[in-house]
Amino acid sequence: MTWDFIQHGLGRWLHIGAGVMWIGMLYYFNFVQVSALANAAKDTPPTGAGITKHVAPRALLFFRWAAVVTWLGGALLLGDKLDDAFFFKERAYFPIGVGAWLGTIMLFNVWVLIWPNQKKVLGLMPASDEEKAKARRVAFLASRTNVMLSIPMLYFMVASHGVLRAQVHFFA
Amino acid sequence: MKNPLDSLWGTVISGLVLTVVLHFLVRAMMGG
Repeated sequence: MTWDFIQHGLGRWLHIGAGVMWIGMLYYFNFVQVSALANAAKDTPPTGAGITKHVAPRALLFFRWAAVVTWLGGALLLGDKLDDAFFFKERAYFPIGVGAWLGTIMLFNVWVLIWPNQKKVLGLMPASDEEKAKARRVAFLASRTNVMLSIPMLYFMVASHGVLRAQVHFFA
Repeated sequence: MKNPLDSLWGTVISGLVLTVVLHFLVRAMMGG
């Protein structure tokens, strides 16, 4: 097994597989769970307790760790070109560099804004009602920001082999 | 002004607009 196979074969597999899990969970939260819980809260009595107690914590577990594995898989895939991408040193790495920065901002949002605030919302750590309301808003906006950023992030993850290929090959 | 991230469509449209802006920015940076 060569290093090239580990880096470009297994690294790409890991990066894409974990990325599917991460962004899949992100889209589940935003496209499904948020509106489902809002509807459940309107029921008499409210019916969202099972989602909050059993589904959300498990989804968040896979969500936040898949984010870490995705980032590490991406770093493995870039290898010694990591700094070329992140610091825009080579033109050929500009598209993937933008994708890498967007993914890194999203990872920051997951671990610094979403998860600590979701712990308060879900009652996994003590918080007053006021703190919970604030935490819910911060986690919601950070999650929505990640949905917004995921659109250009995915575009630039494939752009160096897609729509920006002509430029990439010309300057590579 | 309402925050576009409060609506799912506002979020998706914001993402698409950001994609177009970044596409042309990166293309210009690459000399295309």
